[in-house]
Amino acid sequence: MDYALKTTQLAKTYANGVFALKGVDLAVAKGDFYALLGPNGAGKSTVIGILCSLVNKTSGQVEIFGVDIDTDFPRAKSFLGVVPQEFNFNIFETPLQIIRNQAGYYGIDRRTALAQTEKYLKLLGLWDKRAERAGELSGGMKRRLMIARALVHEPRVLILDEPTAGVDIEIRRSMWDFLRQINNAGTTIILTTHYLEEAESLCRNIGIIDQGMLVEDTSMRKLLRQLNVETYVLDLERALDEVPASLAGNARLTDPTTLEIELNRGESLNHLYELLSSADISVHSMRNKANRLEQLFISLVGQAPQDSE
Amino acid sequence: MNPLQQLTAYATIVIKEITRFMRIWQQTLVPPAISTLLYFVIFGSLIGKRIGQMDGFDYMDFLVPGLILMSVINASYQNVVGSFFGAKWGKSIEELLVSPTPNSIILLAYITGGVARGVLVGLIVTGVSLFFTDLNIHNVAVLASVVILTAILFSLGGFINAIFARTFDDVSIVPTFVLLPLTYLGGVFYSIHLLGDFWQRVSMANPILYMVNAFRYGFLGVSDVNLSFSYGMIVFFIVCLFALSLTLLARSRGLRA
Repeated sequence: MDYALKTTQLAKTYANGVFALKGVDLAVAKGDFYALLGPNGAGKSTVIGILCSLVNKTSGQVEIFGVDIDTDFPRAKSFLGVVPQEFNFNIFETPLQIIRNQAGYYGIDRRTALAQTEKYLKLLGLWDKRAERAGELSGGMKRRLMIARALVHEPRVLILDEPTAGVDIEIRRSMWDFLRQINNAGTTIILTTHYLEEAESLCRNIGIIDQGMLVEDTSMRKLLRQLNVETYVLDLERALDEVPASLAGNARLTDPTTLEIELNRGESLNHLYELLSSADISVHSMRNKANRLEQLFISLVGQAPQDSE
Repeated sequence: MNPLQQLTAYATIVIKEITRFMRIWQQTLVPPAISTLLYFVIFGSLIGKRIGQMDGFDYMDFLVPGLILMSVINASYQNVVGSFFGAKWGKSIEELLVSPTPNSIILLAYITGGVARGVLVGLIVTGVSLFFTDLNIHNVAVLASVVILTAILFSLGGFINAIFARTFDDVSIVPTFVLLPLTYLGGVFYSIHLLGDFWQRVSMANPILYMVNAFRYGFLGVSDVNLSFSYGMIVFFIVCLFALSLTLLARSRGLRA
C-alpha cells in the first residue's frame, strides 16, 4: 500500500521528563480521511507537532510520501498543510497578507501566490474580509482563515488539529462539506477532534492514542462494529404508565413519554418496531442515546473526550 | 526548495518585515528622529558651544557621526528583536517553521529587515542633523559599508536576544543593560584621548568604539582607532554571531519543544 504518512516507533520525551510518545507506529494511506483521537495529554498534538516540525522527536522514523524527515525535512514539509489548534497568525495582518505570505514561504512566486490566495479566500468565504485585520474576524472566520492558509500551496496531506473547536454548528457543517470535497479531490486528511460525531461522520479510518501509545488503528466501520449494545431513545406520542411486558428487560421509562431501549448487536430494528406495534406504542421520534464512537472511545481509553489536549 | 523558491521565500519575509515597520512608523521611525533632535539641541547646540573643539573639529561635527550610528544600532537591533520575538510570542513564527524555508533564509531575511530599518533611520537622523550642521563627507564608501555592517551585526544581536527571550522583559534587558552603556561609552560623545591610559585600554574592549570611529572617519577623516582593525572587528563579530544564530535555529532553541 502507498502511504501518505508512516511513523515507526515514534517516541518523544520532553525536557521535563514526560514520556509523551512511547513508540507509535502509524500508517495513513494516500487519500485517506484519518481520525487521530485520544484523551487529554494522550500524545495526539505531539504526533502532529512532530509531523509538521514544531516538535523535535526523540527517536523513531517519520516518512511523508516516502520522504524521511531525517534526510529531507524541507521536501517532506512541502507535502504538508497544517491547521493548528490555536490561532497562530499575526492579528495585525490581513487575511490577504497572511495567505499570500504563507505561499511565499513555500517558494510560490508572487503572482501565483495572489491567484491562489484569491482562490482559497473565495472558497472559504473570506474574500470580502481580505483587507480586514485578522484579529477582528469572528472565531469561525479565523478557523477558515487557517484552513485557507494551510491549503494555499495545495498540499498532498492536510493535518487538522481541532479545526472546528469553538465554531457554531452551521459553520462546522459547512467546513465538513468543504473538507469532504478536498478529500474527494485526492488530499489526504488527518484530523484530531474532540467532537466524536465529527470523526464518525468524516473519517474512514481511525487511530486512538492513549498514554503515548496507539491503542487502536482500524477502519471506522470495523471499530463501530465492535459496539455490542446500542441504546435508543424513543419519544412517544402517548404517555405510558409502565414498560409493556413484551419489552421488559431491555427497556425503561425515563419519563411517561420517553422510552429507552437497548438493542444487542445483530438485533434488527424491524423486530423492535414489531414489538412496539404489538404493544400499541406510537413513536414520535427516535435517536441514539450516545454517539456510538463516543461509547467505544470510553471503553477503549476509560474516559470521555475532553475539549483539548 | 530550489534557489528560485528560496529567493521567493526570502523576498516574502523581507517585504513582510519592511511592511511591518512602515505600518507602525510612529513607533519605529519617528522616535529616533525626535530623540536625536534632542541630543543635537542639548549636547550639540547648548552644551557643545561651551565644549569647543574635539579632535580638531567643532563638537557638533564630532557628535553627528556617533549619533547617526547610535540610531542605526538601536533601530536594527530593535527591529529584529521586536519582530522575531513578537512572532514567537504570538506563535505566528509557526507559519515559517512548518514551511520548507531553510533556516539560513529565515535568518538572512530578518537581518535584511533590520538593516533596512537601520539604514532608513540613519538617513532620517542624517536629515535631522542637517538642520544643525553642514555635513562634509570624507569617504562615502566607508560610511555606507560601516552603516551596513553595523546594522547587520546588531540585527544578529537582536535575533539572538529574541531566540533566548521568554518574556517582553527579556527583550528590553539587553538594550538597557548592555547596548546602551556600550554605546554611550563607545566614543559617541567624546574622543577616547580624553581618557587616562587605563580607561583608554578598557574602552578598546568595546566593539562599538570601532564602529563609531570607523563611521566618524567616513565623515571627518579622523579616527581614534585603526580603520582596518575596525573592519576586522566588525566582520569577526558578524561571522561569530551569524554562526551562533544558525546553530540556535538548527537546535530549535526556544522555538520547538
